[in-house]
Amino acid sequence: MLRIENLTKRYATGDLALEDVSLSVPSGQVMGLIGPSGAGKSTLIRCVNRLVEPSAGRVMLGDTDVVAADRAGLSRVRRRMGMIFQEYALVDRLTVMENVLSGRLGYVGFWRSFFRRFPQADIDRAFAVLDRVGLMDHVDKRADALSGGQRQRVGIARALVQEPELLLVDEPTASLDPKTSRQIMRLIVEVCAERGLAAIVNIHDVALAQQFVQRIVGLRKGQIVFDGPPDALSADVLTEIYGAEDWSATIRKVDEEEEAVAA
Amino acid sequence: MTAAVRRWSPPPMIANPALRWAVYGGVVLYVVVSFGSVEVNWTRIAQGAERALRLLSGFLKPDFVSRGEDIWIGIQESLTMAITATMVGIVISIPFGIGAARNVVPMPIYIFCRSVIAVSRSLHEVVVAILLVALVGFGTFAGFLTLAFATIGFLSKLLAEDIEDIDHAPLEALRATGAGWWQVLVYAVLPQVAPRLIGLSMYRLDINFRESAVVGIVGAGGIGATLNTALSRYEYDSAAAVLVIIIVIVFGCEYVSGIIRQRAR
Amino acid sequence: MPVITSGATKIWRRRTTKAEWARSGAWFAAVLVFVFTWQAMTQDTIWSFVWDAPTQAADIGGRMLPPKWSYIHELWRPLWDTLNMATLGTAMAIVLALPLAFLAARNTTPSVAFVRPLALLVIVASRSVNAIIWALLLVTLVGPGVFAGLLAIGLRSIGFLGKLIYEAIEEISDEPIEAIRATGASRMQVLVWGVWPQITPAFAGVSVFRWDINIREATVLGLVGAGGIGMNLESSMSTLAWNQVTLILLVILGTVVVSEYVSARVRQAVS
Repeated sequence: MLRIENLTKRYATGDLALEDVSLSVPSGQVMGLIGPSGAGKSTLIRCVNRLVEPSAGRVMLGDTDVVAADRAGLSRVRRRMGMIFQEYALVDRLTVMENVLSGRLGYVGFWRSFFRRFPQADIDRAFAVLDRVGLMDHVDKRADALSGGQRQRVGIARALVQEPELLLVDEPTASLDPKTSRQIMRLIVEVCAERGLAAIVNIHDVALAQQFVQRIVGLRKGQIVFDGPPDALSADVLTEIYGAEDWSATIRKVDEEEEAVAA
Repeated sequence: MTAAVRRWSPPPMIANPALRWAVYGGVVLYVVVSFGSVEVNWTRIAQGAERALRLLSGFLKPDFVSRGEDIWIGIQESLTMAITATMVGIVISIPFGIGAARNVVPMPIYIFCRSVIAVSRSLHEVVVAILLVALVGFGTFAGFLTLAFATIGFLSKLLAEDIEDIDHAPLEALRATGAGWWQVLVYAVLPQVAPRLIGLSMYRLDINFRESAVVGIVGAGGIGATLNTALSRYEYDSAAAVLVIIIVIVFGCEYVSGIIRQRAR
Repeated sequence: MPVITSGATKIWRRRTTKAEWARSGAWFAAVLVFVFTWQAMTQDTIWSFVWDAPTQAADIGGRMLPPKWSYIHELWRPLWDTLNMATLGTAMAIVLALPLAFLAARNTTPSVAFVRPLALLVIVASRSVNAIIWALLLVTLVGPGVFAGLLAIGLRSIGFLGKLIYEAIEEISDEPIEAIRATGASRMQVLVWGVWPQITPAFAGVSVFRWDINIREATVLGLVGAGGIGMNLESSMSTLAWNQVTLILLVILGTVVVSEYVSARVRQAVS
């Protein structure tokens, strides 16, 4: 499980992106992180695996202090956190399999990875997750030959092959059409349930968040302003997070869309 | 999943195994044979080590003074050669560039201009310089002719490609109004390519200065002649001074032409 | 577009009066520069030689034709040397330029303050000095021959390749790099798995492009004693064997055309 304590991030420009954020995500829970652009959602999940260095505070993954880790320790703790990106962040000119195997880089030595000589156990894991995300037919295709939804599945497979305890998911559906978005969200939630993973999902689309996640945290100007179950997300709360707007359509739409997708 | 172990290795770059091994073998064979044919005279290199040290120390303490006058004349010659050659080159390149654009001229003119460009581009400046030195005698004039000729090949080709790439709608619009060939050229073609022509000209001026240092080595004047003299007299500190000056001027030219090219856009 | 109203009629002119003056001034300055530099350049020119050039050309031209075809048998070895200088020199430059480019690129350099300027300095120095000048220096250092030419080609190409590759590295997209780092990969693994696949097309393209340029350069390095077909050109010119010169020029032309074709095909294939 993940525990974030008093996390603060001030950029070199002086902008305060996160201010004294504390929260914890137990294993098996999928948490949606919502908030307007620039609220610090992206900074928050990047502080968890230190792609962005936090200015102050602690990040605990299990018993490991991520912020205090040295270079080798950081590499070891990053292996335990899978990350999924908005624009998929695949290496286009590598094959699907190579992209997935890159999730095992933290476990193998440099020369082994240089010559693509991964242990058979890693190959087996990679085939298993590719099977799970439904890409068995595309193993040796180049990543840039796939469609958006397929590319995001590769991104998910790369995160899963790490056998992580936590998934950090940054706007997984922002570049996808509504139907594919729902398929991808469903996949993420399902694999988290199967493997008992904790997950933080940054998400723009409030309705989509309400539909899939078990808990929602609202971030505004680097501070947590809401933390609760999806049903508790009222128009007042949304106004608190995003500012005044007519929210009735956003909230009500949830059930209609769920029916439409189920049908 | 089946119980059998599924192995994976990255797909090879060349799918056909026979061809793949033939290519690998061929490369290895070539490297071995070609390295074998390079004669390296180690005793000569050992002798050269002492000179190398003197050249290096020359770089640390370049001597701008004892050959000061030669160096100064060399720079003047190189700069004037580069500027005049670029200007003349531009003026001649424009008609050749237009003539080498398939979309604005008839076939015979196109073929003629393209072959002039091809000859200019395939002959190395130094080869042209040697021939011209034989024709017009030693000195800057041969260098000027060389650089102007090289400029024509360079600018005309790029200009022609630009003209072939221009937007055709304005051309057709003008033709539709009944404009003649010259009017189409002046009103529709040249305005579209002018900014890039300025940028390319600056770039070529930059190249011409560099090349002016080279044509001097075969007798066509300029700073290269000074360098050649210094080296053949084993005056490594003067040679180092010339090299330092060349590097500084090249760097300065690149910087200035970069600024002008940005402005012209 | 300025429109000047005089009385009731509107007169359209292409530019304002001020712009018109600036334009004329620029043209005038250009002419002045030309006249001045022309005079400076030609003050030592012996014009009688220049006017004599057509006669000379006719004379030499007459002696250049027909080419001495039998001389071709003495050209195979120099041609082979020329190809080797270009190819091995390019290979040497590639091996050295690749690490240099990683040191010079802002996003992969170990230190922006110290290592990067040093790497850029090496690139600039290598680029500013023409291959022939490098050859001139190296011939005095390691003696005449193919080895000097090979080194000259290599030293000149390091800067060219280094510059183009480091620019390619600076243009790669950051997202995949972040993703690879997030898996716990080491710095070297990030370079091999994240950066390298993104620059391979540019890398292959510029390498072949430089090889093509180097073939051209290698044909003339012999003029300063650095081996290859240029040496035959030099000796044929100094013995006034003009019919051999013709053949050598034809061979050079053919080589250049073939290498340009090969390079264009390869670059098309990798892009």
